Amino acid sequence: MENIAEYLKEERSQPWRDELRKSMKAKERTSIERVHMPEQDPVERSHNYLEVNLGLTEEMAITEAHRCLDCPDPTCISGCPVNINIPKFIKKIEAHDFLGAAKVLKETNALPAVCGRVCPQEVQCENSCFYTVKLKKTPIAIGNLERFAADYERNSGKISVPEIAEHNNTKVAVIGSGPAGLAACGDLIKMGYDVTVFEALHDVGGVLKYGIPEYRLPNEIVDVEIENLRKMGVKFHTNFIVGKTASLDMLREQGYTAFFVGSGAGLPRFMNIPGENSVGIYSSNEYLTRINLMHATDPDYDTPVHDGKTVAIIGGGNTAMDSVRTAKRMGAKRAILIYRRSEAEMPARMEEVKHAKEEGIEFMTLHNPVSYEADEKGRVTKMVVQKMELGEPDASGRRRPIPIEGSEFEIEVDVVVVAIGVSPNPLIPHAVPGLEMSRWGTIIVDKETMQSSIPDIFAGGDIVRGGATVILAMGDGRRAAAGIHKYITEKVKK
Amino acid sequence: MNKIIEKELFSENVCRFVVEAPEIAIARKPGNFIILRLDKKGERIPLTIASADTEKGTITLVVQRVGVTTAKMLNMNEGDSILDIAGPLGKPTHIEKVGTVLCAGGGVGVAPLLPIVEGFKNAGNRVITVLAARSKDLIILEKEMREFSDELIVMTDDGSYGKKGLVTQGMEEVITREKVDLSVVIGPAIMMKFAALTTKKYNIKTYASLNTIMVDGTGMCGACRVSVGGKTRFVCIDGPEFDAHEVDFDEMMQRLGAFKEQETEAYERYLKTVS
Ligand SMILES: Cc1cc2nc3c(=O)[nH]c(=O)nc-3n(C[C@H](O)[C@H](O)[C@H](O)COP(=O)(O)OP(=O)(O)OC[C@H]3O[C@@H](n4cnc5c(N)ncnc54)[C@H](O)[C@@H]3O)c2cc1C
Ligand code: FES
Repeated sequence: MENIAEYLKEERSQPWRDELRKSMKAKERTSIERVHMPEQDPVERSHNYLEVNLGLTEEMAITEAHRCLDCPDPTCISGCPVNINIPKFIKKIEAHDFLGAAKVLKETNALPAVCGRVCPQEVQCENSCFYTVKLKKTPIAIGNLERFAADYERNSGKISVPEIAEHNNTKVAVIGSGPAGLAACGDLIKMGYDVTVFEALHDVGGVLKYGIPEYRLPNEIVDVEIENLRKMGVKFHTNFIVGKTASLDMLREQGYTAFFVGSGAGLPRFMNIPGENSVGIYSSNEYLTRINLMHATDPDYDTPVHDGKTVAIIGGGNTAMDSVRTAKRMGAKRAILIYRRSEAEMPARMEEVKHAKEEGIEFMTLHNPVSYEADEKGRVTKMVVQKMELGEPDASGRRRPIPIEGSEFEIEVDVVVVAIGVSPNPLIPHAVPGLEMSRWGTIIVDKETMQSSIPDIFAGGDIVRGGATVILAMGDGRRAAAGIHKYITEKVKK
Repeated sequence: MNKIIEKELFSENVCRFVVEAPEIAIARKPGNFIILRLDKKGERIPLTIASADTEKGTITLVVQRVGVTTAKMLNMNEGDSILDIAGPLGKPTHIEKVGTVLCAGGGVGVAPLLPIVEGFKNAGNRVITVLAARSKDLIILEKEMREFSDELIVMTDDGSYGKKGLVTQGMEEVITREKVDLSVVIGPAIMMKFAALTTKKYNIKTYASLNTIMVDGTGMCGACRVSVGGKTRFVCIDGPEFDAHEVDFDEMMQRLGAFKEQETEAYERYLKTVS
């Protein structure tokens, strides 16, 4: 940590930074209002799948960058799970060096265009910003600026391809192509490894592709990042389920020296209440996969999905928010979000909640479904919900929802989406005997190196953390890449 | 890309395909299935692997025309390629020596049953197989089945071949005649439902291989869920074989029909494009 502090100090005292700091008084900087992210009109956007946030213009970005005080102790950096040098990239923007800003981002973040769009900045960097902590003002729009710099670089066509160390002819396998896997392979390829990513689905990107909708993260943006990795030499093997298509032992025989498992938290949970297997009741994963990965709403594509006048989504996380806003876009008259606690406990990002409300999503908090009814064909027609109240805090620190007896009532529904969470994907754990697992089904790893109980297997992302975030998954992937490098240099090559 | 090496028409609506898939050919075991996507705009559908050739690196799939995807596939020819094939998926059949095994296959369910019959035979069991279909021209793989079965009974609804009657009649004939230790049934849901009811009457342990709707096939979506013994299970990772006496076949049939309307519409649209 000492070294990092030193390094940051040194960076901060570079002449260009000094000069910029002096070019405007702190008072002047703090008097600038946070620049508002331009958005598509709520009514219009609730009928299309185009991005909601339109991105900052150059002028806007520069104005916002001026707000940043370039603090001597940049607390924002410690709020970032991958410790992006935040003041440096923001000051690059202030200095009109947008490509330089993107380069700073890429020093520690493999997918800045993605993170600038989907990170919960309000509980990370922006929550530790001097403005939030000390000035009690709205923080610097770090996420919006990150997105701006990354988009600028992508649109400029001058994407910097990082330097790659000399090939060392050592094969490493990355299992799963979500953010954890992509971050790991980005670092491993830079270190000179021969990297192959194995992905079970036909497309690369994990949740970024099949889960998060187009209007929040266009697939095209993910594809550009993947294309970059491909240019750097990463091989992608889709339709390959490690543990099924080939066992880990077979891959070892083929010369793979180490493995990074980023297989995600695939398994959707259901509530196990009567009628839940009726037709028209989906897990959020199925609903979103049909629409995002399989393009079910495009008549040119073969995959079907149900639409309906009333669509109810159960849950209060990002997945629930993504599903309910998708239902609205599919033409639902009533798109209802049913959550058993109150809005204050919702795990979804603030921005999602705000956007959802603007788009006309009905919030039914402190309610919980207890059963479903179906017609003679098995199609769901009604749900019975119960009112809840909040009791004492539970293990998660949130107040426990308690059902109110006798408060049940019916809602007529055409489609229901259950978005109450996922469990870790059991495919790899089942396929690798001896792999040490927690009682929640996650892989146990060393926190520093991400090494599992089997020396050549490393893991990170949701398969280690349960459901977490894109940025945490990426941080894990990077740490694991370093861990793999250490393991191979110290143990294998000696 | 997976090239079609061989195509054989069993009947107007049923086809056998031999497709390149070298890794799957090596890894697959009886009971496994694959998920395929024909082209960029295609849907993902599961198909059980009927057999494989590890040397040639091919797998055999038997496909019946039921919707757009299968109709498109039946229109494909030798030399054409299937865009994506992922597998082998699902738990393999638990094959061991138990004594006498009664295998019953209906319709294209006979194809996935073949490697299971072969497996049980090779494990030293007495294997009696009942094949059932509406009429003679819909009976498939009879010769191959005969090769691995100690006895083969053919049942047709219209009596055009073998004995006239339903699969359950064929099964009951065997059960009342000799001791059966285990039964495996694969076919349309309705057939499996009644086959399961039949063996339940005689308390014979029975496995059914379920062919639900699927998307990913890796446990990620829950499209394939069924109720088994009152619990929700995912066919793609917990199955495809389950204790047939515990499966809620009525629920499964409803879920299989989930997209009937959309499928009919899509099928009509498709017919217009080919005619
Ligand atoms: C709808 C939705 C919205 C979300 N919104 C946000 C958000 O706004 N912000 C945020 O920070 N986080 C969000 N998250 C959470 C975030 O997406 C995850 O924490 C993150 O994607 C985890 O990354 P991962 O790499 O561990 O796994 P995943 O992204 O799940 O990727 C795992 C990949 O591994 C593949 N795989 C699994 N098993 C195998 C195998 N045996 N062989 C080969 N491949 C295999 C899978 O097919 C998958 O592609 C959201 C999640 C969802 C579902
Ligand atoms: S097909 Fe998606 S979970 Fe089984």
